[in-house]
Amino acid sequence: MQGRFIEILVGIFMLLFFVAMGILALRVSNLSSIGGNSGYEITAAFENIGGLKVRSAVSAGGVRVGRVSAIKYSSEDYNAVVTMKIDEEFSSFPIDTTASIYTAGLLGEQYIGLEPGADFEYLEAGHEIELTQSAVVLEKLIGQVVFSRSGEK
Amino acid sequence: MTDSTSDNDRNTIVQSDSTVDATLAAAAVTAGAAVTTESTEQSSENLVEIRGLHFTRGRKPIFTGLDIDIPRGKITTIMGPSGTGKTTLLKIIGAQLKPRRGKVHFDGHNVHKLRRRKLFELRKRMGMLFQSGALLTDLTVFENVAFPLREHTELPDRLIRHLVLMRLHAVGLRGARDMKPAELSGGMSRRVALARALVLDPEIIMYDEPFTGQDPISMGVLVELISKMNQALGLTSVIVSHDIKEALSISDHVVIISDGKVVATGSPTRLAASDSPWVRQFLDGAADGPVPFQYAAPDYADDLLGS
Amino acid sequence: MLDWLQQFGRFWIDLAGSFGRSHIFLSRILLSIPSLVFRFSLVVKQLYASGVLTLSIILVSGLFVGMVLALQGYNTLVGFGAEESLGVVVALTLVRELGPVVSGLLFAGRAGSAMTAEIGLMKATEQLAGLEMMAVDPYKRIFAPRFLAGFIALPCLAAMFSAIGVLGGYLVGVEVLGVDDGAFWSQMKSAVNFVDDVVNGLIKALVFGFVVCWIAIFQGADCIPTSEGVSRATTRTVVYSSLAILGLDFLLTAVMFSV
Ligand SMILES: Nc1ncnc2c1ncn2[C@@H]1O[C@H](COP(=O)(O)OP(=O)(O)OP(=O)(O)O)[C@@H](O)[C@H]1O
Ligand SMILES: [Mg+2]
Repeated sequence: MQGRFIEILVGIFMLLFFVAMGILALRVSNLSSIGGNSGYEITAAFENIGGLKVRSAVSAGGVRVGRVSAIKYSSEDYNAVVTMKIDEEFSSFPIDTTASIYTAGLLGEQYIGLEPGADFEYLEAGHEIELTQSAVVLEKLIGQVVFSRSGEK
Repeated sequence: MTDSTSDNDRNTIVQSDSTVDATLAAAAVTAGAAVTTESTEQSSENLVEIRGLHFTRGRKPIFTGLDIDIPRGKITTIMGPSGTGKTTLLKIIGAQLKPRRGKVHFDGHNVHKLRRRKLFELRKRMGMLFQSGALLTDLTVFENVAFPLREHTELPDRLIRHLVLMRLHAVGLRGARDMKPAELSGGMSRRVALARALVLDPEIIMYDEPFTGQDPISMGVLVELISKMNQALGLTSVIVSHDIKEALSISDHVVIISDGKVVATGSPTRLAASDSPWVRQFLDGAADGPVPFQYAAPDYADDLLGS
Repeated sequence: MLDWLQQFGRFWIDLAGSFGRSHIFLSRILLSIPSLVFRFSLVVKQLYASGVLTLSIILVSGLFVGMVLALQGYNTLVGFGAEESLGVVVALTLVRELGPVVSGLLFAGRAGSAMTAEIGLMKATEQLAGLEMMAVDPYKRIFAPRFLAGFIALPCLAAMFSAIGVLGGYLVGVEVLGVDDGAFWSQMKSAVNFVDDVVNGLIKALVFGFVVCWIAIFQGADCIPTSEGVSRATTRTVVYSSLAILGLDFLLTAVMFSV
């Protein structure tokens, strides 16, 4: 019957939609890695975060382990306080881990790189990373180079 | 139908399917109040009453003070020159068009004052056969006729099939049930539309030129069908037709309109005997007379000379 | 001169009139939508007309748009030595912009114009008047199902367009141009955010679907019931819908993706 035929085709249509959404969610975007918010948040204070943004990557050894979830400015000690969410599976960062802000490529996005220390105690939710290294700001760098050159003369 | 008798000198017979109306009317009568519900205003003889109807299309006046009564259970034929607004009149009765002034009462309800929901309830009691047929082109003939039943009732499929085939048989198209409207001839689609208009058993059917495009045989069948239904079911019929002989042979009441007004009204025999020039010209089909053959236009000679 | 002025005035009055009518029309459609809960088969039928029948053109265009994006993106990125980011470029462009916009335009041309023509012809052949006289509300029976179906169909089509576009980009980028397979996907994955990019793109499509269906159905129901009137209304549907999509796209992008 014709009505039945149409229903089946519409069913296939909706199925294709779900397949497309599946591809978009799991293959194209990072829905799977957000994985329902499981993870723990730690903070780190930087003097200067450069172009870091919310949702910028947090990686360790080149592997993405989490994302920046919030950035605030603390007017008490004039620091940028970055909250990052680390995925649950990466739960054993020593407490003396260093957090630095790097740039991917010369002009690429900025991200936080974690270098694990050697302590036996691990970072947990709410902890703060004490050892931080601010972003390299290109203008400052150029300024320094120019300055030191002119000083040499 | 509820009969509520009283000493009121107005007509007191309330005919209504709606119990609410009936109770209201009864209440009004027993209270002896001067308040009358709409139902009691209505003469029970007339299903439709049109009073002082004015209607314009753009700048062109179509009706200028039209009064027509359509008696209940009778066949009324409306005639008039092409373009006088007969189709328009049917649409006004069905409340598809709103008049500029004047009232149309259907069984006591002013159709143009009703809320949308009430109006749709009322329209279930009307059937209309459009001049063009107006069949739904994406449905088969069978489904077209079944359409009002499927929309308005919860009847089981078997019963629907029964009812639909009965109507299709009556118009002689039972064999065409699986065809699409595009495959039908003009006359056939009009007959399908008739079957569809009949399928909900309405109280009134308005036929817009039912006989045009029918061969003499189906014309005869249709004429008989209309008059039979009228007698058997007590249906009120309004026929717009140019086929004078056929229309007059079955109608009880004839209205001739021209120039936005009723020019003659009465029973067919009275009209046939009438010597009014309007009636004579129309019934005899004379070119000369008060009814102009030409649509309103400037003088022919002037027009040709291009002045 | 006076004549010209008169015409000018009439044009604006007519425009204001149809603007008002279209809003009343829309509100009546929206009010009729709840009644469809009991008659969902009507919507399914229209999903077939506006969704399934548009599917082939969407899939083919999506594939080609994705392939072209990969070609163009590769040529630009290779200059910066950043061809690994090809996946990001293709996916973000599709998901945020081209998916909703191109599907919207194709939808307006394929399904919107068909809707207008169908409803316009229903009006011209008195089918709508016939329905009303049968006490069937065209808003509930004809307009609302088409509206709802189109509203559902366009986001679906846009998602499929983006998905197949990414696959097309993959085919050209990885299989033909030799971008690294792993980098293509992993870079894409880390740069595309589901909520910010995918969902926002679908919201765009939802808005476009709403507007296109509104325009298409209104133009059909409001047309002059002649062959010329229907043909003009169909043209108007495509023109107005396209303009509306592009204009709204700018607004929505400004609201959604501005940092
Ligand atoms: N949509 C419209 N816009 C403007 N004028 C119209 C429209 N429809 C009808 N008219 C005008 O209204 C008048 C009445 O039309 P109508 O169709 O009611 O005539 P009719 O009496 O049914 O004629 P016929 O016997 O030929 O069917 C005509 O003169 C026509 O010019
Ligand atoms: Mg007519």
